[in-house]
Amino acid sequence: MVPFKKENLSELAAMPQNLLTPANLNGAAAPPQSLPVPRTVIEPSAGWISLKIQELWDYRELVYFLTWRDIKVRYKQTALGAAWAIIQPFFTMVVFSLFFGRLAKMPSDGIPYPLFSYAALVPWTFFANGLGQSANSLVGSANLITKVYFPRLTIPLATVLSGGVDFVLAFLVLVGMIFYYGLAPTLNVVWLPLFFLLALVTALGVGLWLSALNVQFRDVRYVVPFLTQFWLFATPIAYPSSLLPEPWRTVYGLNPMVGVVEGFRWALLGTATAPGPIVLVSSLAALALLVSGAFYFRRMERTFADVV
Amino acid sequence: MSDIAIRVDNLGKQYRIGGRQEGYQTFRESLMDALQSPFRRLGALLEGRNGQPQDPQETIWALKDVSFEIRQGEVVGIIGRNGAGKSTLLKILSRITEPTTGRAEILGRVGSLLEVGTGFHPELTGRENIFLNGAILGMRKAEIARRFDEIVAFSEVEKFIDTPVKHYSSGMYLRLAFAVAAHLDPEILLVDEVLAVGDAAFQKKCLGKMGDVAKEGRTVLFVSHNMAAIQRLCHRCLWLQNGEMGLDGPSDEVVISYLNSVSAKFTKVELPGDSNKPMRLRKVRVAGQVSENGEPIEMSEHVNIIIEYDVNRPVSSSHVACFIHTIEGICILGTGDVDTNSDGLGMRGEGRYKACVQIPPNLLGEGTYTITVTMGIPYVVAYDRHEAIIQFQVIDSSSNRRKFQHTRRPGILGLELPWSTEKMS
Repeated sequence: MVPFKKENLSELAAMPQNLLTPANLNGAAAPPQSLPVPRTVIEPSAGWISLKIQELWDYRELVYFLTWRDIKVRYKQTALGAAWAIIQPFFTMVVFSLFFGRLAKMPSDGIPYPLFSYAALVPWTFFANGLGQSANSLVGSANLITKVYFPRLTIPLATVLSGGVDFVLAFLVLVGMIFYYGLAPTLNVVWLPLFFLLALVTALGVGLWLSALNVQFRDVRYVVPFLTQFWLFATPIAYPSSLLPEPWRTVYGLNPMVGVVEGFRWALLGTATAPGPIVLVSSLAALALLVSGAFYFRRMERTFADVV
Repeated sequence: MSDIAIRVDNLGKQYRIGGRQEGYQTFRESLMDALQSPFRRLGALLEGRNGQPQDPQETIWALKDVSFEIRQGEVVGIIGRNGAGKSTLLKILSRITEPTTGRAEILGRVGSLLEVGTGFHPELTGRENIFLNGAILGMRKAEIARRFDEIVAFSEVEKFIDTPVKHYSSGMYLRLAFAVAAHLDPEILLVDEVLAVGDAAFQKKCLGKMGDVAKEGRTVLFVSHNMAAIQRLCHRCLWLQNGEMGLDGPSDEVVISYLNSVSAKFTKVELPGDSNKPMRLRKVRVAGQVSENGEPIEMSEHVNIIIEYDVNRPVSSSHVACFIHTIEGICILGTGDVDTNSDGLGMRGEGRYKACVQIPPNLLGEGTYTITVTMGIPYVVAYDRHEAIIQFQVIDSSSNRRKFQHTRRPGILGLELPWSTEKMS
């Protein structure tokens, strides 16, 4: 994850020589007059404003750099480093296996309980960390917000995306466990990226709401741990959703993480409960969270620099 | 609108002050409000309003009815006292915060430099921070890579480029941060007081770079308290007063009026006694041969500075001195009573003294000058010192140049020198 090794850089440094054709020289010396000159109108805005997705796209490199910064910095000056990405879900799995699997004899859809809970904990940890970190992202970037203009959506977005690396690490352990328990992945595994995307959309949706609220109400800081804990037990991580009869199981999908968790188990472990209706409901719920979160965020954005 | 780069119309920005600031309302209060009258209050919560009527007592206009136009390629300085709205104006133009009223139109890419090193992360190396900071300031990755060597060379931290910046000295940190910012390439550059940091050499380098930028034909808006820098870099200057537009005109004129307004306008000051001080200034005034009571002094007149002081206990080796500065802060001369009265260096007994020094005519040119009075033992102790305690104005309405050419004599000195001219053929 270090894009700027010396070798890369010497390549890049060599670029200008290749580009020193007269046409480019003109462009480099003076402000590029030939390009269309953008025109910006600054006015007070009112009500719900557009998301400016185009502008977000223009700033994709910033999203990349912020994500990359978060990843690089995350485990700096920690003794165990990136191992934390695995320790978190793994030890939660151990605890769950002891208490829910061994002692409470929780059913697990015929899957060994450690695998059953870990397959859910991997996307869950991604979601919970993404939610928690993005909720604090704006407040933590106050110095940026008050000094430079860029689409503020990039901040929580980059924060959630940077959790992807932790997810991949924890996922590798999951793959190892699947082989250890002698399960063969089914063809359903092709749907896995979709379920990951669903987790990402949910984390971002909630993250947008919480980060924007946090700028104004620092109470969010205290809400987050409580919310995460509550949500953990409202999601079928320690237990299977098959405990619920239909139609309640589908209604249960209103919690988008239900769709994610059941999707992961179905795609990787081949649980019999094909989560079709649940995933549909979950996707709609996640989309609603994301869209409403984005609009709320944009609406509050104009006051960020004054209030944060 | 063809050659206009920035057009600002009646721009205003209102901030809330006072006890119930937006930022300090707790969630509980908002929720309680919401419970009491659910729909209206919840709407207010969603919009981030307090759900309370705006009390004009608790708001302040940081910027009000500001209008101006800036042509492409103009380098314009913005001056004003603290809180005059300079930074607010730049923040609105860089789209960091929204105006409350009015509108602004900008033609061209805007780069804003409200702070150097924004977004620098202490754990990342210099190399990594160049890319991160560049991206934050709106540069493309390819562009940063292309100018990378240039940036590093400018920053003079080549050796430490792969060291985390938390190990940098503050000077290195600043140099690197400014180097990135200096290589921004937008058509319009908004700069806020970033040159006020670093040592003299660094400041000089920054100013030089700013000068280059200005010469390249870019439009620059430059906020500073450094009047010399403003006069050097900018032809035009805006003076903001309490959020409103004060003056807009050539830098030299605007800077002079600004400085006149902020410095002491007295030509005569009396101070109470202070027996704790061995020597204490009591009165100081300035007068021309004919001009009294603070009227401007003709260039062709003597300028008399009259200083009265107490000696509260016997002091030896002491002097009384005054310094004359131009309003821009350039020291013209310093003179002490030992210049012609070396007896003063002996013992001065207790009592009230009066000293008078005369500046010859035609020495000081047209302009405004301040007088600093100090008394004590030179290079040992200043018993009583008053910076720029009074000021006076020198005008020229009778010199030949003024009478026949109707022009101002350039420069600080008002000397009329003997010219001899003979016809040779």
